[in-house]
Amino acid sequence: MMSKLALPDDILLKVEKPARYIGGEVNAVIKNKAEVDVRIAFCFPDVYEIGMSHLGMQILYDMFNRMDGVWCERVYSPWVDLDALMRKEKIPLFALESQDNILDFDLLAITIQYEMCYTNILQILDLSGIPFFAKERGEDMPIVIGGGPCTYNPEPVAEFFDLFYIGEGETRYGELIALYRRCREEHTGRKEFLRRAAGIPGIYVPSFYQTSYGEDGTISAFTPVEEGIPATVLKEVEMDLSDAPYPLKPLVPFMRVTQDRVVLEIMRGCMRGCRFCQAGQIYRPVRERDADVLKQYALEALKNTGQEEISLSSLSSSDHTALPELLNFLIEDCRKKHVNISLPSLRIDAFSLDVMSKVQDVKKTSLTFAPEAGSQRLRDVINKGLTEEDILHGASLAFLGGWTRVKLYFMLGLPTETEEDIRGIAELSNKIAAAFYELVPKEKRTNGRVQIVASTSFFVPKPFTPFQWASQCTKEEFLDKAYATKRAIQAQLNQKSIKYNWHEADTSVLEGVLARGDRRIAEVLLKVYKKGAVYDAWSEYFDNEKWMEAFAECGIDPAFYTSRERGTEEILPWDFIDCGVSKAFLKREWEKALRGETTSNCRKECQGCGAARFGGGICYEKRDEDSD
Amino acid sequence: MKNVMKIRIKFRKYGNLKFIGHLDVQRYFQKTVRRAGIDVAYTTGFSPHQIMSFAAPLGLGQESNGEYLDLEVNSFAGSAETADALNKCGVEGIEVLSVSVLPPGAKNAMASVAAASYTVRFREGREPDFDWRRHLEECGSLKDGIYELRLEKNALYMLLKTGSAGNLKPSAVMEAYLAAHGETLKENALLITREETYLDLGTGENRQLAPLDAVGKICGALSNQDGEIGS
Repeated sequence: MMSKLALPDDILLKVEKPARYIGGEVNAVIKNKAEVDVRIAFCFPDVYEIGMSHLGMQILYDMFNRMDGVWCERVYSPWVDLDALMRKEKIPLFALESQDNILDFDLLAITIQYEMCYTNILQILDLSGIPFFAKERGEDMPIVIGGGPCTYNPEPVAEFFDLFYIGEGETRYGELIALYRRCREEHTGRKEFLRRAAGIPGIYVPSFYQTSYGEDGTISAFTPVEEGIPATVLKEVEMDLSDAPYPLKPLVPFMRVTQDRVVLEIMRGCMRGCRFCQAGQIYRPVRERDADVLKQYALEALKNTGQEEISLSSLSSSDHTALPELLNFLIEDCRKKHVNISLPSLRIDAFSLDVMSKVQDVKKTSLTFAPEAGSQRLRDVINKGLTEEDILHGASLAFLGGWTRVKLYFMLGLPTETEEDIRGIAELSNKIAAAFYELVPKEKRTNGRVQIVASTSFFVPKPFTPFQWASQCTKEEFLDKAYATKRAIQAQLNQKSIKYNWHEADTSVLEGVLARGDRRIAEVLLKVYKKGAVYDAWSEYFDNEKWMEAFAECGIDPAFYTSRERGTEEILPWDFIDCGVSKAFLKREWEKALRGETTSNCRKECQGCGAARFGGGICYEKRDEDSD
Repeated sequence: MKNVMKIRIKFRKYGNLKFIGHLDVQRYFQKTVRRAGIDVAYTTGFSPHQIMSFAAPLGLGQESNGEYLDLEVNSFAGSAETADALNKCGVEGIEVLSVSVLPPGAKNAMASVAAASYTVRFREGREPDFDWRRHLEECGSLKDGIYELRLEKNALYMLLKTGSAGNLKPSAVMEAYLAAHGETLKENALLITREETYLDLGTGENRQLAPLDAVGKICGALSNQDGEIGS
């Protein structure tokens, strides 16, 4: 039955894209409320088009709705136009499926995918009518749960959540929901539920921990406040991906969303160990989904959605051992069905170019490389195992195959970076352009010339990476580096073929504070939210002034969290979380980075990171000396 | 030449789905046609797309009992079967009412549209101050393209010129009517339902309006080997 909309026609006709708020999409799950005893509002705190594109949410939505008596619905951030109207008309936030108020739900689960959405979390709580701080919530309020990559340092937002689920959602939600039901039957009250929840592996209940600080402002102790609360929380991992639930009837939005296709998650984890990359550490060990399972999932999901495109998802798809088999199958099947295959960033080599030429129009698509750093020395520091030779070879093959556009991704502000490394960005871009003009005779140049787009982002050190101790550049340093890059590119022979883009510096600095912040940041978040900050991930709404005012009013110096280099003995805000990778390993990697030494990938040689304790994945597969 | 068939699908759009726009409806049908396993014809090239054409876009916020789209298919499972397949994997808010096969050379849905009929109501509390039911006879001359206008069960029924040769919207008629009485329409004052979309079978000034699928035939299963297609 069609749900009665929470918003009146007048509002829906006034706001941009009302389809964001009506639910009722293909494969949306509607349950009979009489048969449901646990209601979950599952929130992605950004606009509908972004939230609907997130695979993790589709996986958990499907998983929850397979559970008897559980109904999981979706919530996204109302866009700024609706936000203003809801406040003015005092309309509470609602979930899409039933259109019921969030306050009617048992659990409000919020996935936290990036730091710049923190003010949107406050917006969700605020519009729902839920007090910001967990300690202020009454017995009847939904339990507010956080999950997702940012919970590997939950501290800046810790006090806004009743509990966090650290790690992959497939493993413990059944247990948590059973506990919730039991506590409700026994009328234990909210606090006792949380106390017992803290005993479930992977669950972190911030209110049972306290932080003390030393005179220099660093953490002096982080301890449970009660007997029986664990001192560390080990992340949860789904070790049998091929058997884990997977959405075969993913939601199909009416309106165009960012990721408007079937997404097939082929593996989790990455064996590469790039030192700046958090995902590469926290999703260890590498686990593949079986190719036959993936083929079946692809067929089912395409049939059930009618989508015209399928894409593969993983951190490094080229490393899946059955990738050629899977791609050949998909190419064959999708051609028959007129389905496009959108390829993830594959390592550029003869195989991937062959595949790409089969599924894309080479004249229209560009080739992407992510060298991340301009010089071999710096690529060794960050352990990015991509050499200039690899890139030039791959680009040459591609130019001969008809490609004329190349995208290059770099980072500025990496540890130990020098002017020479920055010049390397320009020189590498130039060499790629030169290779084109050398290889492709004038009469065969499809678009006349090669187009190289070099983009730089600013490096933000993240928890649970070997660079978690590193000093981050200041805004001024970042901008100097961007100008230096620009000048160096302009000095190149082929500069007319090279376009250069760089990212905003303000947001990178702020992201740095939020990524490595502690509980004291909560006050800043609340303050800046009250000044009107929301949608900080959207450059048109990001207002750095407001943030700087909030820091000043709270007496907090952002530089304490960004440019200050931390000693390896310092207690870091996220130290109580065990992501499976040991601190000793990260420290070893940090030291090797500073010496410019590389580390080989997991398939070639085990580095003893600690993830083998999970008892599976790549850690227990045969080593391959030749893996590169 | 490949023998493709053109079918015309009539559907209704109602309830919450009045808030999805024209492009969303197109996307919805592209995907629903695939889910339903309809043997749709595609263009060639690197990004093939279904050969599909919609009649007249419907304004956001309006419901309709008479929307149309044309689809080229390689084979046809039958009118009832096709409608049923589309509805089975569809959503509440869009309902396929009928499917008919067009004769060869039939103009596409969009080019065929000549008129559309609507029922128009005022939302509660948003009626004009004068008795709008009393002066309806004036309306006929207010705008070009008003073919019919009358009171029907407390709502206004209008038949208006629609399509590429001229397009009159029901809200424009009401605005003109109210303006003639010195009033303006209140915000979102009207609830509009399109009742039917018409083509013109007549010649010149002799209009002979018929529902858009009047030129099609309700058929059983056909494959493109069958000589009878469109005969």
